Amino acid sequence: MTMQTNREQITTAPDGRPDSEQPRWRQDFPIDWAQDHYVARRDFTRFLVLTSLAFMVGQFWIVFQNFFRARRGALPIQRIAGVDELPIGGDLTFSYPGEHDQCVLVRLGEQSYAAFSRQCTHLSCAVVAEPDRRRFYCPCHEGAFDIASGSPIAGPPRRPLARITLDFRQGAIYATDVELRML
Amino acid sequence: MRRRFTREQKTTIIFGILCIVLILVMLQLWLLSATMNAYLGGDRSVIWPAALVSLGCFALNAGLLRYLFAIERTQP
Repeated sequence: MTMQTNREQITTAPDGRPDSEQPRWRQDFPIDWAQDHYVARRDFTRFLVLTSLAFMVGQFWIVFQNFFRARRGALPIQRIAGVDELPIGGDLTFSYPGEHDQCVLVRLGEQSYAAFSRQCTHLSCAVVAEPDRRRFYCPCHEGAFDIASGSPIAGPPRRPLARITLDFRQGAIYATDVELRML
Repeated sequence: MRRRFTREQKTTIIFGILCIVLILVMLQLWLLSATMNAYLGGDRSVIWPAALVSLGCFALNAGLLRYLFAIERTQP
């Protein structure tokens, strides 16, 4: 009786032919199509809610990271080089504020200097200074940034390079802070 | 008394829930990428509001899933 009831719940096969005209495999293992659609949608909804949870966790991870960034305090002041050590049009790489945070200092004119993080704002590859072409170049995805402002001028990057705040004291150049920027 | 739905009605309901959940998840994805971009650019003003909106979206999704479990328990 139970078997009979279950058979009645099985709906028409996709080709629309009656059960007796269906191939043997389908007669032996009939699929309840309506139930199949129901279960598929239900399980997909469950998966999406799990995805929603993951996105929310990601969002609160940013809050968590921001909490620690806010408590970091002032960055150290670090000597980069002497004012006359770098020729006009020259560049110098240095690490600031951490040992693995690569930065680059460029001398644009007699009294004009600029320093930026070397981390490309697209996927964090190291950019290379090209003073003769007035740009920083990222070889990974052909990205380019203006050498004076650090703004993106070509390729996939959408945010400018992080600027290193400079200070000049007693004939030397010092890095004092890292300025994250939006366009 | 809890209303009982037929399987066809439940399929329609679940399809409606699926559409709403899908839209909310897409909104959360956009929110996460926009917030990440702002955070990496040094803009901290959007972090908390975006997190609260994302929490709201998840709460709504979880509520809809709970309703889905509830109608599952009712037999037609």
